[in-house]
Amino acid sequence: MRDVHYAIGGRQIFTGLDLTVRRGRITAIMGPSGGGKTTLLKLITGQVFADRGSVRVFGQDVAALGRRAVYALRQRLGLLFQNGALLTDMDVFDNVAFPVREHSDLPETLIRKLVLTKLQAVGLRGAAHLMPAELSGGMARRVALARAIVMDPEMLMYDEPFVGLDPISLGVILRLIKQMNSALGITSIVVSHDVKELATIADESHLLLDGRIAASGTPEQLRTSGSPAVHQFMTGDAEGPVAFNYPATDFTQQLLAESDE
Amino acid sequence: MSNGGNYLLEGLRRLGSVALFLLQLLGQSVLALGRPSLLIAQIYNAGARSLIIIMLSGLFVGMVLGLQGYDLLQRFGSEEALGIAAALGLLRELAPVVTALLFAGRAGTALTSEIGLMRATDQLTAMEIMAVDPLRYVAAPRFLGGVIAMPLLTAIFSLIGLYGAQLVGVQLMGVDRGTFWSQTQGAVQLHDVSEGMVKSLVFGVACSLIAVHEGYHAEPTAEGVGLATTRTVVASSVLTLLLDYVLTAAFL
Repeated sequence: MRDVHYAIGGRQIFTGLDLTVRRGRITAIMGPSGGGKTTLLKLITGQVFADRGSVRVFGQDVAALGRRAVYALRQRLGLLFQNGALLTDMDVFDNVAFPVREHSDLPETLIRKLVLTKLQAVGLRGAAHLMPAELSGGMARRVALARAIVMDPEMLMYDEPFVGLDPISLGVILRLIKQMNSALGITSIVVSHDVKELATIADESHLLLDGRIAASGTPEQLRTSGSPAVHQFMTGDAEGPVAFNYPATDFTQQLLAESDE
Repeated sequence: MSNGGNYLLEGLRRLGSVALFLLQLLGQSVLALGRPSLLIAQIYNAGARSLIIIMLSGLFVGMVLGLQGYDLLQRFGSEEALGIAAALGLLRELAPVVTALLFAGRAGTALTSEIGLMRATDQLTAMEIMAVDPLRYVAAPRFLGGVIAMPLLTAIFSLIGLYGAQLVGVQLMGVDRGTFWSQTQGAVQLHDVSEGMVKSLVFGVACSLIAVHEGYHAEPTAEGVGLATTRTVVASSVLTLLLDYVLTAAFL
């Protein structure tokens, strides 16, 4: 990504974003909520296009691709949604089989083997017959992961994979991300604000602040960074250059003014 | 700009968006024909699952028609014409219109809320990311399923309605059975049947288009899906009645 500018509804999300993701690595993108982390993934998958600058995936400029080429590109990508986004009208097995059935003419016996292999990889082979509504949040996310890897993508993106998970599910997801990367050699981008979790798996981390990359490096380098904004984010202080309070008038004055009325 | 101007512009913008959506849908519908399993599932959803409400309503509309028609016709001593009145009223007017109104309430709302919830829970986006066009996989089969289901439901409505009119007229009020059916047979022309079928086809396109469009473009929130569902019923009903006037005038 080079010098990416992007705005929604008059609000600037990115102001000159530069980011390089290296093949075969786990790259962490950290940043405060509402900082445009999810939008970043949308730019990579060609759901939205940059107002200025370029986004290149596998050497191709996403904005220059036609609709057909974007779809071809997406077949080489996998994206794990925060809520799983499983199709609710089919069971777990059919959900994982969905991309294969849509994009290939493989015989059903082969699809069955393939899907069960992927479900086994996320430890949910026994849940193949369940409907998405019967799954817990952590299980749904693992099924979605199986679905994301069923077409053997070259790059996997995780959108907030740690939110709302119990410690065990969290550990499982962390291990899975690491496994997908090391066993299958999949380039991984993990978008999250969970600093501690990311530090255990990421090869490189980038901190997204105010529409640009504020700092890059290994998690260790970020933690010892001299920049006050980076330091504040990594340690979780309310006071610092990044304001915790939404801009407002002085609290005492507002209270006094309202009691006068 | 004045408020009225804004409303007008907003209305035009919506109309344009619906028209564009229709063109996209028609393009994808040709491809959807190549996926009969998806299409059949949607014909079942929109058609077969609306059968009970359509049949019940048809029966009662026919029975009311029998009562009112008999009351009116016996004043002129021509109660044997009840079959004609009921058959023509049902085939040309009541069956297509009432079926469309019921379809909007039963199948249209189901379509809108289903697609709207799929949007709200990122299922449509997930499909796009998996390089599956949701317009082809979700929207087109549902649109086409509705278009195919509507004339079938209308035909069933007519049939049951006529039976209901016969039930009241012949069994209850004592019109001669033979006269009832022979008069009906003699008076109903092919163009009466085709008027009803053309109407139901047009209503099918209108109601399915509105239902799928509203769902597909619903605000991805609980409130947004609720609003979209309401809009489906209101817009489908009003448009059905408006189109009915236009079509009736065209056929006369």
